[in-house]
Amino acid sequence: MQWETVIGLEVHLQLATQSKIFSGSATTFGAAANTQASAVDLAMPGMLPVLNEKAVRYAVLFGLGIGAEIGKRSVFDRKNYFYPDSPKGYQISQFSDPIVGTGNFNVQMEDGSTRNIGITRAHLEEDAGKSLHEDFHGQSGIDLNRAGTPLLEIVTEPDIRCAEEAVAYLKELHSLVTYLRISDGNMAEGSMRCDVNISLRPMGSDTLGTRAEIKNVNSFRFVEKAIRYEFNRQSDILNDGGTVVQETRLYDSDRDETRSMRSKEVANDYRYFPEPDLLPVVIDDSYIEILRKQLPELPRQKRQRFVSEYQLSAYDAAVLCSSREMADYYESVAMTCGDPKMAANWVQVELLGRLNRAELAIEASPVSPEALSGLIKRILDNSISGKIGKVVFEGIWQGEGSADDIIEARGLKQVSDSGELEAMVDAIISANTAQVEQYLAADDTKRKKLLGFFVGQIMKASKGQANPQMVNKILAQKLE
Amino acid sequence: MHTKTVAQLALGLQQRDFSSIELTRLYLDRINALDDVYNAYITVDPEQALAAAAAADARLASGTADALTGIPIAHKDIFCTAGLKTSCASRMLDNFVPPYDATVIKHFNQAGAVILGKTNMDEFAMGSSNESSYYGAVKNPWDITAVPGGSSGGSAAAVAAMLAPAATGTDTGGSIRQPAAFCGVTGLKPTYGRVSRLGMIAFASSLDQAGPLARDAQDCAILLNAMAGHDKLDSTSSEQPVPDYTAELNNPLQGLRIGLPREFFGDGLAPSTAAAIDASLKELEAQGATLVEVSLPHSKLTIPTYYVIAPAEASTNLSRFDGVRYGHRCDDPKDLHDLYTRTREEGFGDEVKRRILVGTYALSAGYYDAYYKKAQQVRRLIQQDYLECFKQVDIIAGPTTPGPAFALGAKSNDPLAMYLEDVYTLAVNLAGLPGMSVPAGFVDNKPVGLQLIGQHFDEARLLNVAHRFQQATHWHTQQGAMPQGK
Repeated sequence: MQWETVIGLEVHLQLATQSKIFSGSATTFGAAANTQASAVDLAMPGMLPVLNEKAVRYAVLFGLGIGAEIGKRSVFDRKNYFYPDSPKGYQISQFSDPIVGTGNFNVQMEDGSTRNIGITRAHLEEDAGKSLHEDFHGQSGIDLNRAGTPLLEIVTEPDIRCAEEAVAYLKELHSLVTYLRISDGNMAEGSMRCDVNISLRPMGSDTLGTRAEIKNVNSFRFVEKAIRYEFNRQSDILNDGGTVVQETRLYDSDRDETRSMRSKEVANDYRYFPEPDLLPVVIDDSYIEILRKQLPELPRQKRQRFVSEYQLSAYDAAVLCSSREMADYYESVAMTCGDPKMAANWVQVELLGRLNRAELAIEASPVSPEALSGLIKRILDNSISGKIGKVVFEGIWQGEGSADDIIEARGLKQVSDSGELEAMVDAIISANTAQVEQYLAADDTKRKKLLGFFVGQIMKASKGQANPQMVNKILAQKLE
Repeated sequence: MHTKTVAQLALGLQQRDFSSIELTRLYLDRINALDDVYNAYITVDPEQALAAAAAADARLASGTADALTGIPIAHKDIFCTAGLKTSCASRMLDNFVPPYDATVIKHFNQAGAVILGKTNMDEFAMGSSNESSYYGAVKNPWDITAVPGGSSGGSAAAVAAMLAPAATGTDTGGSIRQPAAFCGVTGLKPTYGRVSRLGMIAFASSLDQAGPLARDAQDCAILLNAMAGHDKLDSTSSEQPVPDYTAELNNPLQGLRIGLPREFFGDGLAPSTAAAIDASLKELEAQGATLVEVSLPHSKLTIPTYYVIAPAEASTNLSRFDGVRYGHRCDDPKDLHDLYTRTREEGFGDEVKRRILVGTYALSAGYYDAYYKKAQQVRRLIQQDYLECFKQVDIIAGPTTPGPAFALGAKSNDPLAMYLEDVYTLAVNLAGLPGMSVPAGFVDNKPVGLQLIGQHFDEARLLNVAHRFQQATHWHTQQGAMPQGK
């Protein structure tokens, strides 16, 4: 039997607010346990939540970014369950009236084709704390620093059909939310956590099969692997005539497998009801319009513009638009150096390569856009060759100053003086009489090869500073 | 001196007739001598009270005193007090000392009032007789074999027994008004949102409201002036400006239209109580008010509606009491489930458990629409009834309770009979309106309360009517047959 995979994703996105969604505690990652937990976060008696307006603003920006309906009157609900890292015994979430309604996501696949993924809804909620099971000698510790961190839970329709699409969607989502600056998108710190709902059905069927929910998959790669594993697991069961159990599963990256989280699946009754400690969130049109005006150019628009305005390939545009910082960097170089294609090459090849080796983000690049642009200008005006450019780039990276400073200090300026170059050519010709004779006797193809030899010798003698075009020209003349 | 009102005591303090330390010590002595009988207080901290009194005396001497500077006030043990045990009359919080003050307490502290102690109450404010307290029942100062009402029974009894000049309470379904009626004191439940709920341990969030219990309406106005106002830490508190509640106390009642809901004067109201209420209404009529019969057609749905919504909210508000972070924790839990179940089994009393069960049921999948959602719909109808009435009348009046204080133990094993005690008060909370109970006579030597219900944020008018009534009557100045202590 041919099986079709049906996938829906739920992403818990941590919003980049300074303070928590219902209290004034800081949200900084990595603080000592329980140092960022106030009386509200600890659910002390009599404490009340107060909604952080910034979380609302970020959620609305997200809704506008995907062209979704904005809930004009959204309501917070209590989701009731007992767990030590949920100090109130309920999570404040949104159930029937979320802040963001249905929307759409256009995802670009590796091969350049696009897929449309429907967004069911996105709602605000608070994160739970963390239970710590190590180092407590058979007991558990609880860290409530994370409790109350604002999350936007973004739910897709079951529109995704394979692991590649899921990853493409997540990358696009990551790019969107970082463009909007509503989340740092840091997956290693849990800023973007993904639950994967996956089921199989016979190819061509339009009813949904029984799904498994894989919780908390925290990297693009793991999402891909978990989906592949789950496809194999479920298709094996179905091919053997078995039935898939609806359950929550956990992806174990060490063993590359998913496994059931609960031995017995209890249907949780969360007893949702409207949170009486908070008023409904009423959003009027003027608020939405103000935010709409603040929307930055979004990744898709930017990619399209880079292709049309700078004549970049779709691939180059995608790489350069992968983050807003990268795109801004590139654009700044392209505009000031005057050659967008050369700027694209230098940013992608030299700069990104160097940043990757140093494990630095573009925001932390020691080479500023101005410095890189200054370097490219010197290549464009023939002051230095591309090859010397790489040497100068390394100098800029090491903090030796601007391209001009380094060219000057190290005497790297290209030799373009014809008298000087002729003298060099003459010296090489007289030092290599055997090769000159070979050259004169050779046919066109062999001549080309030998010409390369002479150029190489001259470049070597000039420490790479001879203008290669001029050397070629003079050589050809002298050898005739 | 212990019979004086807050207004009189404030005058005495400002004139330096006596100091706050003397006054505070007098009340501490009375509590020490008499409270074994009434059990009105759970916690009294003389040292802290006298320190606050000394600070108040300094402030009085410096001439920067407020209306409440140096006045000892008793606080219901539902308001968190920094450094002072706050138990909500539950074993669950028997060991709980909050590191923060409720906003209400903060306001009183800023005014320079003295915290005399924390008063007894029904556990987590769930009850109408004060018998559900972990610390034992409170006795009615008018008849120590009778209940003081609940849940603010300790506060009402403390004021009635003159163990405090005034007290705070909270009212979720009548918990200020009913004990005020039973104990012959004046109590005001403000409009929902008038007083901050921050730091007040939640029973039913959409119904809970703090208010004063005092000897008379003027004192209630003075206390409300300190309590009312927006709190940015309570999203449900109102930004409506706060008037000076003492400013209009003396306005004449000429032309006032008083609505008498026919549903409040029918079956279930004791004839003797009805007679006292009728006489009180005649007094208001004599002052120029007009009595208009009105109807609240959904009144009969009040009790079932309330007993879905309040327990539903309570069931989740009380989830935080899990033995993990503070409060009671069972000994040697063998796992998480055992920790939860034994902690809550041991920490909560029967009435609290009953309401958690009812509330959990009402919110459960498959029952939500039939119970919680339906109750919210009926709640709107009930509120609509009142708003309709207020198109014809300025205030609504009737009995606070169906009869006077009942005997201790009489209803403690019959929850439904107990719930019926609040038949006239619950709707005011469901509609979010302000309501008062004013002493209005005696039946069998036990006080009767006249309930006055106002429009949203019209507390000033209720206080005005109550004050004018008290200018012409003496029910509120009567004293019970006080035992002389040990």
